[in-house]
Amino acid sequence: MKEFSYRRATDVEGAVALLDADPGARFLGGGTNLVDLMKAGVESPERLVDIRELPLDGIEVTGDGGLRIGATVTNSDLAAHPEVRRRYAALSQAVLAGASGQLRNMATVGGNLLQRTRCGYFTDISSPCNKREPGSGCPAVEGEHRNAAILGASGHCVAVHPSDMGVALAAFDAVVSYRTQEGEGELALADFYLPVGDTPHRETALPPGALITAVTLPPAPVRSRYRKVRERASYAFAIGSVAAALDVRDGVVQDVRLAYGAVASRPWRARAAEAALLGAPAAAASFAAAADAELAAAVPLADNAYKVTLLRNLTIAVLTELQQEGTAR
Amino acid sequence: MITSDPTASQTAGAIILHVNGEKHALTVDHRTTLLDALRERLDLTGTKKGCDHGQCGACTLLVDGRRSLSCLQLAVAAEGREITTIEGVAGQGADEGELHPVQQAFLEFDGFQCGYCTPGQICSAIAVIEEHAAGWPSAATGDVHPGAPPEPLTPEEIRERMSGNLCRCGAYTSIVRAVAHAAEAGAVRDARDEEAAA
Repeated sequence: MKEFSYRRATDVEGAVALLDADPGARFLGGGTNLVDLMKAGVESPERLVDIRELPLDGIEVTGDGGLRIGATVTNSDLAAHPEVRRRYAALSQAVLAGASGQLRNMATVGGNLLQRTRCGYFTDISSPCNKREPGSGCPAVEGEHRNAAILGASGHCVAVHPSDMGVALAAFDAVVSYRTQEGEGELALADFYLPVGDTPHRETALPPGALITAVTLPPAPVRSRYRKVRERASYAFAIGSVAAALDVRDGVVQDVRLAYGAVASRPWRARAAEAALLGAPAAAASFAAAADAELAAAVPLADNAYKVTLLRNLTIAVLTELQQEGTAR
Repeated sequence: MITSDPTASQTAGAIILHVNGEKHALTVDHRTTLLDALRERLDLTGTKKGCDHGQCGACTLLVDGRRSLSCLQLAVAAEGREITTIEGVAGQGADEGELHPVQQAFLEFDGFQCGYCTPGQICSAIAVIEEHAAGWPSAATGDVHPGAPPEPLTPEEIRERMSGNLCRCGAYTSIVRAVAHAAEAGAVRDARDEEAAA
């Protein structure tokens, strides 16, 4: 690990000033990903600005009945918060499906959004990787890619975003607030992550030196659910996941939110599926047709075509569960 | 502005760590993890280094009462926090020498074989019991709605909540029994204390 300086910020303005949009500096939140990447030599910042003591650790109900979640709220506190569990159950479930109790106590909301892919070529500095070293190539396309992307990828990078939390945030139309030396700004989560194209090293639309300060959720259908599939029962990254919220009246879909995890470089909002579902009968046939509408765009590699079937089945299962839950109440 | 600040370019510094109720002053290279500071500088070797990448849980300890991984935490960033290691969970002062109920349960139920992951398992289990008592749901909890009736700390809940602590010997069956027993004994104790107070 390279040597670095360390400063602790106590207010947002001070944190942004300390970082000073310096490409060699990083904000340190829980450190669960950054410190690990520093050990691996993937990240080698010259300066760290610790933001854990910033007053950004609150969760408030907004005037319109949504939620504003501070950027340094820990994953544990987010998942356990009564208003999250009441209004955005899929968000609580998604966070609880990720990492371990220890890591959730450390990891922050802002850091979760900015965590890097766990693609083995990215974390191994002896491998080429276009995300880590632009122009060096992507060995995953021909190599180990069982957990690679099936949607929105390019020949330059097929890595998936590892967040569970982000999938639920995508389904719930989250808006990310940030602060730079110029002032405050906002990005809808839909615009937060950049398309892969030929610049996989550019991951977010955040301006240089920006500090994420909060994530805001508008009101959403009350029935929601997150389901994650992984290679062991717990404490593993997803190989596919679905966050869904559903509002059905008289057997017809009034409102639906659907997002997929572990299929793309970002949490994948399934808008084609949503469009197919709106106004359709809330039944298995509609759910299957919706999944097919979304997954028609899938471009699987040699060893990850299973994800298309997995996501189709997950979509049908989760929407069916939500539909039955609604009928039961 | 930044460059004129003398601390801006320092890559080491003097810190004070609060560990098990005691203050320790030391100078650390900023690259030092909390785990290495405890083991190599403060001679507190109860906290174990397994994977050193946050994947095994052997280095679990309590920071401000919450379980954390000391291998992914920089010592400099832990300054000002209350750190409890396995050396600090047993009774102190008048209760000197009395094991923590979770330690006692691990002994009674053989919750270990080689013992290397055990300090992390015990620190984690202490927090698991508190998190469950505080009403925190887990991925094994059927309904996360805050109005749902609280679910008991079943073996399934324990396995999910303890999933960040790997045991290479595979002593999981006994670990789950030990945690269940300690949680139950603690609940009985709490009820007794409440009755006595009433």
